Amino acid sequence: MSTNPTKISGAADMPLGLTRMNFISDQEVRWCPGCGDYSILFQVQTVMPKLNIPREKIVFVSGIGCSSRFPYYMNTYGFHGIHGRAPTIASGIKIANPELSVWLVTGDGDGLSIGGNHIVHAMRRNLDMNILLFNNRIYGLTKGQYSPTSEYGKKTKSSPYGTVEHPINPISLAIASEATFIARSVDIDTKHLSATIERAAYHKGMSFVEIFQNCNIFNDGAFKEFTEKEVRSDRILPLEHGKPMIFGKEKNKGIRLNGLKPEVVTLGENGISTSDLLVHNEEDLDPTLAYMLSQLPFPEFPVPIGVFRRVTKPCYEDSVLEQIDGAVAKKGRGDLEKLMNSGDTWVVEEF
Amino acid sequence: MSATDTLENTKTNVQEVESVTIRFAGDSGDGMQLTGTQFTNTAAVIGNDISTFPDYPAEIRAPAGSLPGVSGFQLNFSSVDIRTPGDAPNVLIAMNPAALKVNLPDLEEGGLLIVNTNEFIKANFDKAGYTSNPLEDGSLAGYRVVAIPITDMTMNALAQVPMTKRNKERCKNFFALGVVFCLYDRPLEPTIEWINDKFEKKHPEVAEANRLVLKAGFDYADTAEIFSTHYKVRKAHLPPGKYRKITGNEATALGFVTAAQLAGRPLFYGTYPITPASDILHELSLLKSFGVKTFQAEDEIAAIGAAIGASFAGHIGLTGTSGPGVALKSEAIGLAVMTELPVVIVDVQRGGPSTGLPTKTEQADLLQAMYGRNSECPVAVLAPSTPGDCFHMAIEAVRLAIKFMTPVFFLSDGYIANGAEPWKVPPMNELPDLSFQFVTDPEGFFPYKRDPETLSRPWAIPGTPGLTHRIGGLEKQHITGNVNYDPANHDFMVRLRAEKIANIANFIPEAEVFGAPEGDLLVIGWGGTYGAITTAVETLQHQGQRISSCHLQYLNPLPRNLGDIMANFKRVAVAELNLGQLCMVLRAKYLVDVISINKVAGQPFKVKELVNRFQGLL
Repeated sequence: MSTNPTKISGAADMPLGLTRMNFISDQEVRWCPGCGDYSILFQVQTVMPKLNIPREKIVFVSGIGCSSRFPYYMNTYGFHGIHGRAPTIASGIKIANPELSVWLVTGDGDGLSIGGNHIVHAMRRNLDMNILLFNNRIYGLTKGQYSPTSEYGKKTKSSPYGTVEHPINPISLAIASEATFIARSVDIDTKHLSATIERAAYHKGMSFVEIFQNCNIFNDGAFKEFTEKEVRSDRILPLEHGKPMIFGKEKNKGIRLNGLKPEVVTLGENGISTSDLLVHNEEDLDPTLAYMLSQLPFPEFPVPIGVFRRVTKPCYEDSVLEQIDGAVAKKGRGDLEKLMNSGDTWVVEEF
Repeated sequence: MSATDTLENTKTNVQEVESVTIRFAGDSGDGMQLTGTQFTNTAAVIGNDISTFPDYPAEIRAPAGSLPGVSGFQLNFSSVDIRTPGDAPNVLIAMNPAALKVNLPDLEEGGLLIVNTNEFIKANFDKAGYTSNPLEDGSLAGYRVVAIPITDMTMNALAQVPMTKRNKERCKNFFALGVVFCLYDRPLEPTIEWINDKFEKKHPEVAEANRLVLKAGFDYADTAEIFSTHYKVRKAHLPPGKYRKITGNEATALGFVTAAQLAGRPLFYGTYPITPASDILHELSLLKSFGVKTFQAEDEIAAIGAAIGASFAGHIGLTGTSGPGVALKSEAIGLAVMTELPVVIVDVQRGGPSTGLPTKTEQADLLQAMYGRNSECPVAVLAPSTPGDCFHMAIEAVRLAIKFMTPVFFLSDGYIANGAEPWKVPPMNELPDLSFQFVTDPEGFFPYKRDPETLSRPWAIPGTPGLTHRIGGLEKQHITGNVNYDPANHDFMVRLRAEKIANIANFIPEAEVFGAPEGDLLVIGWGGTYGAITTAVETLQHQGQRISSCHLQYLNPLPRNLGDIMANFKRVAVAELNLGQLCMVLRAKYLVDVISINKVAGQPFKVKELVNRFQGLL
């Protein structure tokens, strides 16, 4: 894959010959039948063998919620943490052993509500790990309360009159939090999902992937307005690096900038050609356009999926090791006896 | 020839004293902590025993001259073994009226009072609430007042130095220090060396100014003969060996890095800045050449979460905070109990509840450490008793955490964290061996299969082939570690986790009695009250009273022999800086009518007040 420039943490040099089956744990999967999580689990287990990382060098970490049961089902090391705190545990693991491939599975409640603080700071530190945020816009495990991504006015068990809260936008948050790889995919678009997960894995630095995931019990059809087969191509904008932003069944619609405002245009109308369209540049150091894409209002605009942003910055754990190596190079490896005897010392003689 | 000998030749009136307590007091911007520290270092280096008590406000710079802005540093230096910074200062240096007002009540009767007269002006009297000048209204008649225009003399000493007036004025604490050095015939060299180290390279003019002012203070006191008597405090007869001055927080940092080295694994310190624990972070962040990784987290929860993650991945996971931070970490401590991972939680206790008294000391987090979590959630709890003991108990905390795969609380407090004492550097060969092996053999591996002796589960870290497993906060099935909701299994596991911690009692030293093993009164203490309790008990023992003490470093589980020790005394009391927390634990566990002696003033016990309280029980 041309977008896999770096060696991935923990990857072996020789082919390991792993298959999807190697990544299925002996635990019975206990999500509701029909849950979008099954598809995501399948795709993750499909991507894993391609990364050629020995199973023991992979750690899945989660918080609390339906999505957070994920580690139990992966035949790797796993840590099912406490609500919202998975980024903290994952950070500790990665800093302690940068050779591990660390995956964080969270949801809209776990990652954006109770764990909102941690996810922001984990992203800005740019640890080389992968966050998969399953966004179903509802609290499933607690049986149907609104979440921080629920639409304004949504009626749920805890908002019988409709929520009076404005939703948070996970992609916008990730951009503001300086994650270096930011993408979005959909549970039922399996090909896109597995390709996105794979690209996230190969990114050196913090990867944040928002996955629209259907909760068929408490929020069924939350994304169907743009994910149903019949409407999908007209209402989804697949972002592709270096390519003009084109969508539609006929591939005749596009996004153009009019001043600072984006607008939907039809190719061939009023002399508009592909050269008038915005060309997606996921490597743009300026996050302005990525942010604009994350904020495109639906249904006036299609919903962008794919990689919004992919930039390079030093990774936290590498910098930590550099400082340690630098200190050792300068002062030599720490000498405990010398340290204990440092400062002003004096000797008391026998008397 | 020592400086003392020189002094004896030139001064006629030299009095030898056993120990002296000095308190430097001024505005929080006056540099009193630095002044006190410099005097302490010098006393330590020339061989006195020392004990210090920095007492400063939570505000970084409260309004100048105001009562809340007063910062104090008390130190006791001695030719005999001392355990406390002293009850009542023999000498008070008051840099302004507010400092005088706040500290005068503590000065001993007839004590020496050095004041900076330049600050004794109407505006400052108003701020301090004086209606008249205390230097003139006779209210200080009971003290030996030495009035010095310290600010003027500092400015004069620096007349030729090209510096701003403001910067010159800031040197006045070193004038006061020079004066006190002269009074006690201390050499200036250690302080001059410190000035050189600190300023010579980057700010040579500041170095020069401080040297000049320090010498000016000394020379002024010497030539103007402002003191009719000079005092001599001989070297203390400490056990032979190499010493350094150490604060509790320094010893804590040193102890944990030592423990990690002894265990052969890197130390991971996850923390969030909080008074009075932040110095541990400052110390550890310097020790990169030891492989120490410090993680200044976004909050207290992240700090322990990362420490738990690092521990899962095979580092020595440590987090440090004060009481309010422990409250935030509680859920994560429960996670470490459930996942049975080693993690040490340093709690440098301060006055509470809530934000409370951030810079003042208290011991009121004991019950929080023991019980402050949901459900049955036992952890080991240790408490160092002196600044130097922080080093040894840090090693103990790590030893127990990794041997028993459990969170361990390390209950320090503001008093010993900031206080200093001479610390005998232990020879390397006297340090315990903490080496251990991670589990690597897949044969018969189960994540919750226990060692029959310690009941601890195997520590198998990610990266180990053949041992992939999942842990988490949900209840575990015995042996397999699988998620399990079976009632009988839960009952079994709750009891097993409790038994694992209780069993630690078989792996810690027994408690020791200070004094006779039987008598009329046994005083039990823990943590930073060691110095005051032991000194008070010793005082009464010298008076022939049948009193002993027992200071606990292990609070959960308690030493095996504690019940037997208590049974040999007519009465048992616990002295602690809370409303009777250890007292409650002992009453519940041993059904003994333990008496509570307590205080929650944000201040340590004074020896005198304990002597009085103990006497009332004899």
